[in-house]
Amino acid sequence: MSGFQRGLAALIMTAVAANASAADLSSQLKAVRDVSREGQGNEAAAAAVRSLSAASANDLTQILAGFEGASPLAANYLRNVVESVADRHLAAKKPLPTKQLEAFVLDRSNDPRARRLAFEVLAKVDSSASDRLIPKMLLDPSPEFRRDAVQRLVAEAESLGEDSADKAKQIYRKALSGATDSDLVKKISKSLKELGDEVDLVSHFGFLTDWRIVGPFDNREFIGFDIAYAPEKELDFAAKLKAKDGEVAWGEITTSDEFGIVDVAKSVAPHKGAVMYLATSYEAAANRNVEFRFGTPNAWKLWVNGEFLFGRDEYHRGMAIDQYRVPAKLKAGKNVILLKLCQNEQTDDWAQRYQIQIRVCDPSGVAVLPVKSKSQTTSDARPQKRQPQRLTAQLEGASE
Amino acid sequence: MTNLKNSSARRIVPLIAAVVSATCLTGADWLQFRGNDVSGVSALSEIPTTWSDSVNVSWKVDLPGRGASGAIVIGDQVVVTASSGFRQDRLHVLSFDRASGKRNWERQFWATGRTMTHPKMSVATPTPASDGKRIFAFYSSNDVVCLDLDGNLQWLRGLTHDFPNASNSLGMSSSPIVIGDTLIVQVENDAESFATGLDTSNGKARWKKVRPKKANWTSPTLWQNSDSDAVALLQSSAGIEAVNPGTGETLWKFGDGASTIPSSVVTVDSLLIPSNGLTALRLGEPLDDEKGSPEVLWNDRKLGPGTSSPIVVDGKVFVVNRAGVLQAADVNTGSLLWRLRLKGPFSATPVAAGKHLIFFNEKGDAQVVDISGAEGEIVGENTVGETILSTPAIADNEMFVRSDGHLWKIAE
Repeated sequence: MSGFQRGLAALIMTAVAANASAADLSSQLKAVRDVSREGQGNEAAAAAVRSLSAASANDLTQILAGFEGASPLAANYLRNVVESVADRHLAAKKPLPTKQLEAFVLDRSNDPRARRLAFEVLAKVDSSASDRLIPKMLLDPSPEFRRDAVQRLVAEAESLGEDSADKAKQIYRKALSGATDSDLVKKISKSLKELGDEVDLVSHFGFLTDWRIVGPFDNREFIGFDIAYAPEKELDFAAKLKAKDGEVAWGEITTSDEFGIVDVAKSVAPHKGAVMYLATSYEAAANRNVEFRFGTPNAWKLWVNGEFLFGRDEYHRGMAIDQYRVPAKLKAGKNVILLKLCQNEQTDDWAQRYQIQIRVCDPSGVAVLPVKSKSQTTSDARPQKRQPQRLTAQLEGASE
Repeated sequence: MTNLKNSSARRIVPLIAAVVSATCLTGADWLQFRGNDVSGVSALSEIPTTWSDSVNVSWKVDLPGRGASGAIVIGDQVVVTASSGFRQDRLHVLSFDRASGKRNWERQFWATGRTMTHPKMSVATPTPASDGKRIFAFYSSNDVVCLDLDGNLQWLRGLTHDFPNASNSLGMSSSPIVIGDTLIVQVENDAESFATGLDTSNGKARWKKVRPKKANWTSPTLWQNSDSDAVALLQSSAGIEAVNPGTGETLWKFGDGASTIPSSVVTVDSLLIPSNGLTALRLGEPLDDEKGSPEVLWNDRKLGPGTSSPIVVDGKVFVVNRAGVLQAADVNTGSLLWRLRLKGPFSATPVAAGKHLIFFNEKGDAQVVDISGAEGEIVGENTVGETILSTPAIADNEMFVRSDGHLWKIAE
């Protein structure tokens, strides 16, 4: 065999080995990604993790690519693999593929969790990575990247003297454009207010503020959560409905609270042992996935366009922005949102709140606003009184 | 105080560990909340009664984020959990070298369940557990992570991922325990309550039981004597449910209610429940025919604990009430022996090392009480200067305690 032939054979062997290795990597990634509910696939995933953890540093970006579409459970298995591979190379003082990692971080089409993990690995060996990359992350799909970028801007604005108010205002405004975490939004909003600038927090977060409301239906001894009262069967805003204390009709409730809290106890009545239904419409520009994010100390159920999405039977254990996250699909045009909000019969002072705060956003927390401007949307979304129209026939039989 | 049954022949020994695990007596490890036998006692250990930054503190290391979970000790490593991030949705498991405090490894995960908690709590409130070969980290998000002792992932479960209404907006604090090859986990709340026994080898449920729909922060405990198999004792607002840890079969129930914060403690032949004050049940003997539950030995409304769980040492039960008063009572009769006012408030459960009880209050002040005499006596007062909500771990003559930001090893 000539030298050329030996070289060619070696090249072919290397290529075959690389293909075999790539195929192996791919099958192991699949084993991890197949993990599912109640521990199904755990053994196969664990075996794959053991094997993948012996991978070379050059395989890191391929493993990171395996995050695409992975379930939260699978993502955690994969995270462990990446940490193990990186730690092993760091302990042995072997190099990591920094250029490939950085390219992976910068490619926003990659999974946000994987990009963040790649950045954290990169930052262990590249102390300049944060200063170089984070300032460009203000509008990143990853909430963690965005938070870091916002925090840098806030720190920059805070460092300015009183004679730089205009510049500070400009930087705060820029920071606000990327801020979704409530602590940072509140901080920026407060600073802007002190500088004479008001922030429309309702629009910033995408809170839903205008609703029709009907009730109270009976929830004494918690019976109401499981009972499908009339609004769950048919949404007819003109109908008189038999309720807890007699016949009731749909009314309206609109909140002017800057954080979009719809306070039933204050705006309607401090009902106890009660179920109230709230409904509104939302005009979407196109079919798209969104999240409904809730805060409420009351039990609740949510339907969108007649489809039951989630319910929670918990009372007075606290309330916070984005306490609950419910993925949903909106269709282009009008969408009908129906909420069931339940109050128990506790008499303690701390158990009197009857309220909800709800917003529509993308999975990273950025508000998804209706297609029309706020004022137009408000008048359109607010159901007209005494208008005998059925907004959705689809809600027919929409109980869980 | 009502003495319902006083059996002088009853044998109360300081450590049920004598029949559960020899390692408890030697005190080499501290594998779960309140130690290997869930007693909180390391009988042969001696811990310094005083310490400061420069004296009797072997090391102090930084921790990320927050955590109210206790440390556990497995051979030559100390393991703690933490949670970080704006939403506390980054979950950490950290291993430190027991001798030097040097970090062995750290692993992180993303929470798959809800992470909202009361501001005082954190997602890393439950203490992890170990069977000596594996680490089981559990969080308020109801994620369960199993690692080997080198930090390699063995399996994980997302119990809220699987059962989406299983969560508590105030946070969950129940610490899992290992009995044999089953990890006992209580996920109890107002919406979707259950307890489950997970196979320690793969995380799959050996059993899953519906539990009372009411928020519950107590931890399971175990009881075993030389004549019986281990029993898992699950506490809730309804009372106690004793189950076979391997199958989940209910063995008996005590239905007179119980606290949802401090947890029960066992002796070799009785169970002390924070119920209507404190209630003692006789264990290891035939059940009461009428009630189908163990006989009530005594009950005392004045012995009700605050947040900290009771602890039993040398035939005495020690209870700290909401006012911060330590009460010692005869474990056989419930008769009050003495009282001692401590500086509270307390979230951490006290632990015992030899003749001393160690109490950490929420301000980070530690009070060491000598319980060997006719009255309790404070023999040491120290501070770590940071909020302490976690229960310390004791292994051999070393104590490990953590705040949000630090882990200390206290030893001579």
